[in-house]
Amino acid sequence: MYRQARYDRRLIMEKDGRSDFDLPFSDELMEDEDLVPQALRRETLDLPSLPEREVVRHYTNLSQMNYGVDNGLYPLGSCTMKFNPKYADQLAALPTVTSIHPYQDEDSVQGALRLMHELERALAIISGMDAVSLHPAAGAQGEFTGMLLTKAYHVQQGGVRTEVVVPDSAHGTNPASAAMAGFQVVEIPSSNEGCVDLEALQAAVSEKTAAFMVTNPNTLGIFEKDIEQIASIVHRAGALLYYDGANLNAVMGKTSPGVMDFDIVHFNLHKTFATPHGGGGPGAGPIGVKERLSRFLPVPRIVERDGRFRFDYDRPDSIGKVRAFYGNFAVLVRAYAYILRKGGDGLQKVSERAVLNSNYLKFRLQDAYSLPYGELRKHEFVLSAKKLKEEKGIRALDVGKRLLDYGFHAPTVYFPSLVEEALMIEPTETETKETLDAFAEAMIRIAREDDPDEVRSAPHNTSVKKVDEVFAAKEAILSWRAYKRKYGGQR
Amino acid sequence: MKQESDMLKLMGLSGVEELFADIPERIRTGKLDLPPGMSEMEVVREIRGMLASNLTCQDRPCFLGAGAYHHFIPAAVGNIISRSEFLTSYTPYQPEISQGLLQALFEYQSYIAELTGLDAVNSSNYDGSTALGEAATMCLRLKERRKFLVPEALNWEKKSVLKNYAWGPSMEIVEYSYDPYTGGIDLDDLRSKVDPDTSGIYVEVPNFFGVIDPLASTIKSEFPDLVLVVGVNPLSLGVLKAPGDYGADIVIGEGQPLGLSMNFGGPFLGIFACRQEHVRKMPGRVIGLTKDEEGERAFCMTLQTREQHIRRSKATSNICTNEALLAVAASVYLSILGQEGLRALAKLNITRAKRLAGLIGEIDEYQSPFFDAHHFNEFVIQTPVRPEKLSKLLLKKGIIGGLPLTEHVRALNEHMLLSTTEMHTDEDHDRLIVALKEVL
Repeated sequence: MYRQARYDRRLIMEKDGRSDFDLPFSDELMEDEDLVPQALRRETLDLPSLPEREVVRHYTNLSQMNYGVDNGLYPLGSCTMKFNPKYADQLAALPTVTSIHPYQDEDSVQGALRLMHELERALAIISGMDAVSLHPAAGAQGEFTGMLLTKAYHVQQGGVRTEVVVPDSAHGTNPASAAMAGFQVVEIPSSNEGCVDLEALQAAVSEKTAAFMVTNPNTLGIFEKDIEQIASIVHRAGALLYYDGANLNAVMGKTSPGVMDFDIVHFNLHKTFATPHGGGGPGAGPIGVKERLSRFLPVPRIVERDGRFRFDYDRPDSIGKVRAFYGNFAVLVRAYAYILRKGGDGLQKVSERAVLNSNYLKFRLQDAYSLPYGELRKHEFVLSAKKLKEEKGIRALDVGKRLLDYGFHAPTVYFPSLVEEALMIEPTETETKETLDAFAEAMIRIAREDDPDEVRSAPHNTSVKKVDEVFAAKEAILSWRAYKRKYGGQR
Repeated sequence: MKQESDMLKLMGLSGVEELFADIPERIRTGKLDLPPGMSEMEVVREIRGMLASNLTCQDRPCFLGAGAYHHFIPAAVGNIISRSEFLTSYTPYQPEISQGLLQALFEYQSYIAELTGLDAVNSSNYDGSTALGEAATMCLRLKERRKFLVPEALNWEKKSVLKNYAWGPSMEIVEYSYDPYTGGIDLDDLRSKVDPDTSGIYVEVPNFFGVIDPLASTIKSEFPDLVLVVGVNPLSLGVLKAPGDYGADIVIGEGQPLGLSMNFGGPFLGIFACRQEHVRKMPGRVIGLTKDEEGERAFCMTLQTREQHIRRSKATSNICTNEALLAVAASVYLSILGQEGLRALAKLNITRAKRLAGLIGEIDEYQSPFFDAHHFNEFVIQTPVRPEKLSKLLLKKGIIGGLPLTEHVRALNEHMLLSTTEMHTDEDHDRLIVALKEVL
């Protein structure tokens, strides 16, 4: 059995020592009076002071109470937790990446501009789109940017389109992004096959529809085989078709959003292109568009002339900016390195193996659990723990927690909501058959465990026992300051 | 490969192509038109070579700031955030196996709470500019009024981002002017722009011109009914009053100065803090303190009912992936500096900027600092040479000069924003002075 490290959980604010940090120029430090206007002078500051050694130990211990892809399988559906190659990290740490300022003269950052330009080109080829912008900081920001482009496009077309349609199986970010851009969200139910219901879509679209957002393969891992009819229904209504690229890992070199007639796509470089997820970020969410939308892309665009690259801000139809500067450059470097390493053939193999691993795991597990909807899946699949719940009172949540005891991260649970007691599993292409077998055996063992309490009370081997999330929400203590205020510093 | 053929055989399939049979022929693509893959060694060589033409701020003294700053980063920061248990994990959906990251993020929130004087902090937005966009829409949620006031003295990129965040909810963004002598808030103009439809006011301390404007501390008492949003450089809070102590309801900022590389502009760290009573209207992920079933201290994501994966179109924000690793970096950085280190560094930035501004001011042709005020680590100068041209001339002399302000504040078309930090030696300052004289 797996056993995670378990250190005391004193905050760094509760530790005491003497900092050994120092600075040059110390004789220049003046008294505060000369430096800051009286009204803004700080009276109190309560931060810890510790020597470097203690700080490093503190965070090293914390890291050992955490689990990443480098520790083992992380089959979090829709998150594409594949292995993050180390050459990419090393390249992103070069001073020619870390120590360039975004406002430097273009002549002094030609290498950076070239890399971004080439990455844009590679992403355009992979997605079958005409133009790519690297600006958005994450997938959800890519969606938001796409929705702003949609808005700008319809304004220019002279129409007032207020609605965005999404399937009920869509990632939560889709409706949230559309709403942030000011659209009313219309959710349509999925068909009995777990796909977009063409009749429901037809009924939902109108002259008010600005866009339809969909991911293909969808969140059940099923390829929307009617995608051509979907595109035609959406386009006939004068709306745009938006591709949520979270699931692009399944189809590289097989099909593309471009050929499926999508108008806008976002990429999650931290998923498909193997950049590390960093405990929740940074990611990068570039977007690709068809030619008729490229004039609306954020500024600056990177343009090349005679082998020189420059920023082009002179784009009167552009929506402007969605974040400061040009994108999460250090993430872009990693993704570009990954694309070079894999090449065209390699990326196609990535998708093939991702789909093979997913289907193999599904094949191993579909009897112990149940598999609502069709057989064939792409990069991920969604099992139901409904049977276990009825027979033994074991829910999807419990299965996930028990997996932690076996040293595997849990799948995504309770999403998509059209599957009862959902366990959404995405093994990715970077796992061996041996690992998949070990995971399958753990899942099967959990389903057959004699003592359901052992499962329901899991996890047992992690740094803490089951965490009280209800208490956390009730207390809503988000800082040590808030805690001290409430409990007077008593632990 | 044997593994693959074994898996296929067990499933009764003859080839991997069968797994793609559901993709209609008409939308199949051929193989990707990209070059063949490379060995790791070739990839490293290719990318190192491509980037070698970048001129770095390690090679040349760089006087650019305006939202991205060149600071010293203690080695421990990079060391800790390279630990793959942090680096290769994701959003801590399973708290029991993610206590390390959760605690590190809670500590980040705690650091920011202490610096800003507000109890509720999220575990990051994308950057300072998107934090501003989210703050504006939060003002709308809090007051249900559509107008939001921002300084004219603001990086145009932030204005543009804000405009896009305000577009969906049809908010009206109105600018108030700066005082032409102090570079601070033009209070009369601000007063004239406040009306019954105003939800909030944004002020920056230090502001875009590097000015530490004492008027910022009076805004809440003058407009108690409006949401006060204060934008900070977190490093300056080592010596500047916590905005919560002068009435800020929301504090945002760019966290890059807290131990993050400039990275050509990203990834950065969006700081977002607010008063505890507003926490349910706040965007983004938050980590809460709780206990496990044995009563031991534990941490987990909380108040998730505000978020997109639960609330979908009714969420306070669409944000999902954020900048968690950089929040951890900021925590490590603040831990290494410690209380006295942060104070000393903040002071040092002020004194170095004061020194450089004074030296430039001694040259007759330059007016420096252009504004009569206290500055943090940047300041405006008026230059006799067109600022865009001055940048090019300085670059020829091996100096990365400041930022021409023409694009940002139209009236300042003979002006440059210069930044200096602990990274510049006296020799670097002298080099700039010599160059500024030579270009005349």
